[in-house]
Amino acid sequence: MAKTKITRNGTVEKKLIGLADLVITAAQRAKDPTMAIPIRALSNVTFNERKGLLEMGSKKQARSFFNVGMAKKFMQTMLVADALSELQRAELTTSLREIYYRTKHTIQDSHENTFDTQDESDPIIEDLEVSLTALREELHVRAENGGSVVGPLVLGDDGDRVDCAKLGKGGYSVPSIVEPEYVEIRRCTADFVLLVEKGTQWNRLSEDKFWRRYNCVLLTGNGQPPRGVRRLARRLHEEYKLPVYVLVDNDPWGYYIYSVVKQGSINLAFESQRMAIPKAKFIGLSSADPERYELPRNVGIKLNEKDIARAKELLNYQWFQKPAWQAEIKRMLASGLKYELDALANKDFQYLTKKYLPRKLKEKDWLD
Amino acid sequence: MAKDKPPVAVSKKADSRSAAAVTAVEMGARQRDISISEFFTKNRHLLGFDNPRKALLTCVKEAVDNALDACEEAGILPDVTVQLEVVAVGSSALPPASQATRFRVTVTDNGPGIVRQQIPKIFAKLLYGSKFHRLRMSRGQQGIGISAAGMYGQLTTGKPVKIISRTGPKVPAHYFEVQIDTKKNEPLIHENKQIKWDQSCGTQVAIEVEGRYQKGRASVDEYLDQTSIANPHVRLIYRTPEGETKEYPRAYHELPPSPKEIKPHPYGIEFGMLLKMLQETKGATLSSFLSSDFCRVTPTLADDICKTAKVSPRARPRDIRGAIAETLYHTIQSTKIMAPPTNCLSPIGEKAILSGLYRQIKGEFYTAVSRPPSVYRGNPFIIEAGLAFGKAPDSVTKSDKPAQPLAEGEQEEEDSELARIIRYANRVPLLYQQSACAAFKAVLATTWRNYGISQSRGALPAGPMVIFVHIASVWVPFTSESKEAIAEYDEIHKDITLALRECGRRLGLFLRRRERAAGEYRRRNIFELYIEEVVEACNRLKGGKLPTERLKAQLQKIASSRTGGSKTDETLGKTGAGPEGLPHSIIVTAEGVDGEVPPETGVSDAEPIEEKPAPSKPARKQTAKARPAKKKSSLQRPAGAVRTGHKAHLTGKKK
Repeated sequence: MAKTKITRNGTVEKKLIGLADLVITAAQRAKDPTMAIPIRALSNVTFNERKGLLEMGSKKQARSFFNVGMAKKFMQTMLVADALSELQRAELTTSLREIYYRTKHTIQDSHENTFDTQDESDPIIEDLEVSLTALREELHVRAENGGSVVGPLVLGDDGDRVDCAKLGKGGYSVPSIVEPEYVEIRRCTADFVLLVEKGTQWNRLSEDKFWRRYNCVLLTGNGQPPRGVRRLARRLHEEYKLPVYVLVDNDPWGYYIYSVVKQGSINLAFESQRMAIPKAKFIGLSSADPERYELPRNVGIKLNEKDIARAKELLNYQWFQKPAWQAEIKRMLASGLKYELDALANKDFQYLTKKYLPRKLKEKDWLD
Repeated sequence: MAKDKPPVAVSKKADSRSAAAVTAVEMGARQRDISISEFFTKNRHLLGFDNPRKALLTCVKEAVDNALDACEEAGILPDVTVQLEVVAVGSSALPPASQATRFRVTVTDNGPGIVRQQIPKIFAKLLYGSKFHRLRMSRGQQGIGISAAGMYGQLTTGKPVKIISRTGPKVPAHYFEVQIDTKKNEPLIHENKQIKWDQSCGTQVAIEVEGRYQKGRASVDEYLDQTSIANPHVRLIYRTPEGETKEYPRAYHELPPSPKEIKPHPYGIEFGMLLKMLQETKGATLSSFLSSDFCRVTPTLADDICKTAKVSPRARPRDIRGAIAETLYHTIQSTKIMAPPTNCLSPIGEKAILSGLYRQIKGEFYTAVSRPPSVYRGNPFIIEAGLAFGKAPDSVTKSDKPAQPLAEGEQEEEDSELARIIRYANRVPLLYQQSACAAFKAVLATTWRNYGISQSRGALPAGPMVIFVHIASVWVPFTSESKEAIAEYDEIHKDITLALRECGRRLGLFLRRRERAAGEYRRRNIFELYIEEVVEACNRLKGGKLPTERLKAQLQKIASSRTGGSKTDETLGKTGAGPEGLPHSIIVTAEGVDGEVPPETGVSDAEPIEEKPAPSKPARKQTAKARPAKKKSSLQRPAGAVRTGHKAHLTGKKK
């Protein structure tokens, strides 16, 4: 395994050095150094219906040095590339924020900083991932440990055996890199995976030992699930053939989180191949649930303008065109209300664990 | 109660008849003259003595205004010294200036002096003066100012006004101590003697008043600063209560042309005024009254007016009253009469405004506009506007400090300051009631965005900018007695707006040109900055084995070929072409000054022109400090010395 890592690193480092060569050759030919960066926006994303996932198109954006609008970005890209290659050589992993600090300095003889905020360096790392077709892990950059897992699952992490059934109610914190080289799935006896949007509801389920009773793996990403969580769910789905159910708030953002798990995100469409779970099911909260589960109207929240605009955007996405989904979103718009998972506590503190999910699973009441 | 019906509106209570009702006789016994002095003692705010701080300013202002008026009328270039001293109260020690409550204001001029007999009346009799009864442009108008200041001093400290005056080298100087008899509005002379005085002529007045000294807005310091801007022909020395001496050298060595006195224009008078003039005229007939007591009324026109009003041109003016007078008045108002002559006005002039602004305000761009004369209600007036924009190049680049790295969230300080307006009426700065003033309203009403200046709705334009507005008129319409704001007549508003627009247009041109040149420069500049970074990054990526100098040179070559190369230097104005097509403007750059540079250099001929602001100048400067990467670095504005070091050779210039 160690061997594969090294060869991989070798190619990534070569790609990074390639950027320097690009500048050098352009300078020799008195040309404007220009790199092509695939566009990470809806305009360059297509939905592959057969595979059920988002794929990045081939549109590229030129980033050239001698263009007032792009000069700084070009310079920043070179600095980030330099920092990344330093990581490769030193065989270290780092965070986005550390990259930002590593590359930040004041340009000589000026008041100008290379980077003013991390918001400037993060997209450049994504640009490099895409244009060099290197995964973030391959670039040795990790995100925050943004999620937790409990359930009948045994993992190997840095040689340690992690039994996710014996970690109390806190669970195991999912690292940002869960590639087989880093995290090994040794054993999994669960029947399905339940991915919960909110940490609070995950805590509720974990505290109630829902996973023991229904024999499942409980995952949460605390909001938009980070790559590690998505990748872990995908591996469980792929390697252990476990169905994946997604439990989110009933609002446009919840729908979108589900769609990201299922088809991939627009920004990281190039990652869909290894992240998306096209067979993931939407278990709740559905806009039909308030009526079916007799949630009082007063625990709803009025949709604000942003919510409505976002919902209308979703209606137009190609991957929300199934009639059931159109009906689902339109029903929410018609009611004018959104519901949080937490609202179920209105009925009973353990309503989610004892009534809602059991009934959903029994009735197979989910959306695809 | 109804039957005897006392004509007393005062007794409000119906049942108070027996106790409080007052008979007409009793009331009559109480009714008597109100002395004008007593009236103003009780209503001091009308004259600008509302609070101690403002009172101190008003005293200085009245004394300085009088000094300048006198000098100018006598054709003497004014040399005025203002001294503020802290005075101890009782036996306590001298407090610091900021804590003091009592001051002695001493103003000395080199004017014509005052004849002995007039001194007491001028300084200790309200409404006594030469300026009220004539239509002539001057700072003072009513004859209240200096005596009111003296009265205020008398009221708050009990001390008399001390005057020294001398009318010429051959006569002795007179020393007076006077106070006002507030009941009779007559001067009381405490002391009167001949003394020796080292000045050959002039007047010195010293008043002790209760006041407060505080710098900042509407302070004595600001007043003198602004006075010096609008009166560059004045040499002003200011000794602050803190013991500093500030000198405002003369920047303009010509007296403004002496304004001429004019007769009232028929459009400018009101009915009551006409009645009064009819009674007081020396003209024997109505026709001669009209043609001799008004301007722009010829004997023919006077006869025409009489004919239209159906009055005999030979009628005695004293007999015209009642309905006939009213008809006459309306006839005059509807007759077409030529606008009043405008040679009675003495504008500051574009050159003088420019040199005043340039000397007092640090900036990059200056311009000034004098409008042609115009008339409101029969009173001629002239509007002048000026503008100083930007920060002095040497204050922008703190060249000696190393570039301080900026932390996250820490940006270059923003320029959100609003423009400052300085207003003048007959060369006197107006410091209070800005928002009630026609000048302020005209600035708000001007669309500064058209000239590249940001301005939010209903607010002053934003930017490092000083807007100068001056109205010169034989009778400036103030909104109140304390002369703080100009009333908003349509004609005045229109003229201010037109002048401001012209200033704005020039500023807009300047800004656009500079923007264009700076755009090119910035492009070059950022590439130069970034090339270094990119080359270093490439070098590290390549394991430090890169011929960095060669790569750098190659990239720099591409940069300059793509951004216009040497053309940029030209558009930046480094070749030193004048302030391109902008009349009456001065443009200051880090490299030098373009435009009609203030006359100091030209006038002080005795002086070897050492501070000549010329583009060749930087050679002498500390070029060693100039860093190559930033062109705008340590070069200081060559004319910087104008503000500080010109005392020496200006004093010798006096007549």
